Amino acid sequence: MRRGWFLPIVATFGFCFLYAPIVSLVIFSFNESRLVTVWGGFSTRWYGELLADGQMLAAAWISLKVGVLAASIATVIGTLAAFVLTRFGKFRGKLLLTGMVTAPLVMPEVIIGLSLLLLFVAMELVLGWPAGRGLTTVVIAHATFTSAYVAVIAQSRLRDMDESLEEAARDLGAGPVRVFFDITLPVIAPALVSGWLLAFTLSLDDLVIASFVSGPGASTLPMVIFSKVRLGVSPDVNALATIIIVIVAVAVTIAGLLLMRQSKKTG
Amino acid sequence: MTSNPAIAANTRPWRDPDAKPFISIQHVTKRFGDFTAVNDVSLDIFRGELFCLLGGSGCGKSTLLRMLAGFETPTEGKILIDGVDLAGTPPDRRPTNMMFQSYALFPHMSVEKNVAYGLLREGKSKAEAMSHAAEMLKLVKLEKFARRKPHQLSGGQRQRVALARALAKQPKVLLLDEPLGALDKKLREETQFELIRIQETLGVTFIVVTHDQDEAMTLATRIGVMTEGVIEQVGEPREIYETPKSRFVADFIGSVNLFEGRVGPAAPDLMRVETEDLGPVVAPPVAGLTQGQTIWLAMRPERAWLTRERPAESVNCVPGVVQDMGYVGHMSSYMVKLANGRLVRVTQANEGRRDNPISWDEQVHVSFEPADFRVLTE
Repeated sequence: MRRGWFLPIVATFGFCFLYAPIVSLVIFSFNESRLVTVWGGFSTRWYGELLADGQMLAAAWISLKVGVLAASIATVIGTLAAFVLTRFGKFRGKLLLTGMVTAPLVMPEVIIGLSLLLLFVAMELVLGWPAGRGLTTVVIAHATFTSAYVAVIAQSRLRDMDESLEEAARDLGAGPVRVFFDITLPVIAPALVSGWLLAFTLSLDDLVIASFVSGPGASTLPMVIFSKVRLGVSPDVNALATIIIVIVAVAVTIAGLLLMRQSKKTG
Repeated sequence: MTSNPAIAANTRPWRDPDAKPFISIQHVTKRFGDFTAVNDVSLDIFRGELFCLLGGSGCGKSTLLRMLAGFETPTEGKILIDGVDLAGTPPDRRPTNMMFQSYALFPHMSVEKNVAYGLLREGKSKAEAMSHAAEMLKLVKLEKFARRKPHQLSGGQRQRVALARALAKQPKVLLLDEPLGALDKKLREETQFELIRIQETLGVTFIVVTHDQDEAMTLATRIGVMTEGVIEQVGEPREIYETPKSRFVADFIGSVNLFEGRVGPAAPDLMRVETEDLGPVVAPPVAGLTQGQTIWLAMRPERAWLTRERPAESVNCVPGVVQDMGYVGHMSSYMVKLANGRLVRVTQANEGRRDNPISWDEQVHVSFEPADFRVLTE
């Protein structure tokens, strides 16, 4: 069958539109020249300079810590929310909870950041915790907005899951808590892993919310990059961006593969 | 032999009015909002029975089964197993186990771990549970597949794992929800007898929910026919087939020709019935009917016989034309059009090779014995 010329051209155009900036960034990260727009030959010099940059490495370490902590908290909260929404039947305020769980997906980040900042300030005044803004507040903020994503993924998996699996375990003598840990959790585990990875990448990416709720000594990687770029793009930022792209791409691919494998193996 | 009443009462406790039921369902009603799924059902099931709840989809049979398992709570009424009222007992504390229609095998556990799961929850040691699981797998002839995961098995094998898992805890009652529904026809027929063999080996009471009348007829010691949340009739397969109590049961079990008629003048040892389709016919007498009352005559297709000539001695006989016929091997099925246009279904056994079988468009006579009519008033 002849495909014609239209589809290939549209596809090529689309891919260029999406990936040309990324490809050019990756290429220029291997540029010898100090000037970002002039090609001066192949070199890994900027990767070396990056590794020697203490501020950058510290920020990367903070981002990693924030990402792991926030993604883990978000996975627990998101899973619980999803379990309540799919398994507790009808209850008062279910529709409201459904809406509120998914709201952070569509809420502008500026608003989330601002509202969390106000909350943290108020909490510090009233409760004395969290003392000042720093790592803790960034972790809480990221866990808050990424748990919505985890909840959506876990919810769709729980809905697909054959509920008679849980009934069968009850029938064979397991109490409700036992059923959750023996049956439900292992069956939806791949969805939770992909949810965790998604939350982690979202946290790693985030600039806006972190800028609002972070404090001295807790600048995340995107914040440091952004402040550097404001003084002009230096080639070592290209190198850093390339590394981040690789990490994110790997995480997203694993998440996708896990979800795909699970949908093939219906459980 | 079976004529000995003592033995008959033993193997058929439901015929003994003094027998104590093992499972007693008393005036159970289940409502979901405005919808009544099960409506005031009372039913006694005896130890060692293989009881089939038979009915179309939405008749309430699965809801009744789920109430026995404890997944639904009756709105009214109570359920007793072995004399114990089960109200308030959660599914994990009941002496019942269930085999699910979807089999509900745990996808992340191997076959043997699936079977051992219930035993481990009972507090058995791991070694004990595993060796018992191996025994159960032997019973269903799957010992070679113990280490496989459920998704590596065929449908029939999965069905057997589900059965082994449900039986492993030696429940007092095994509940089976459409146990053979997902199997193809050939496998289903083999598995029916396998189920009976296992049930007889273990002596566990089985309650099977099915929509398949052949399955119910083959498996059951007794059948409960359900429709719209009510049990229409309970009886042995033969009883249900030969003496259905209502038009619904007659029509649901096997195929049947139903003729509407009015009771004619009384006569000794027989009853005259005036029907529109067959004209005046003779049926067995039924007590308590008044002249002129509207009744229905149910006639099984295999009870009539077809002839080219009018048989001399026949009491009930009507002429017709063969409109359609189907050859099924062991029998042929005919649709005979009567003078007033009514179609009658008749099946004839094909014994030996007949040289000149009755075929399309032939003038025939359909005859039936009075005793082959079942008189229905409901």
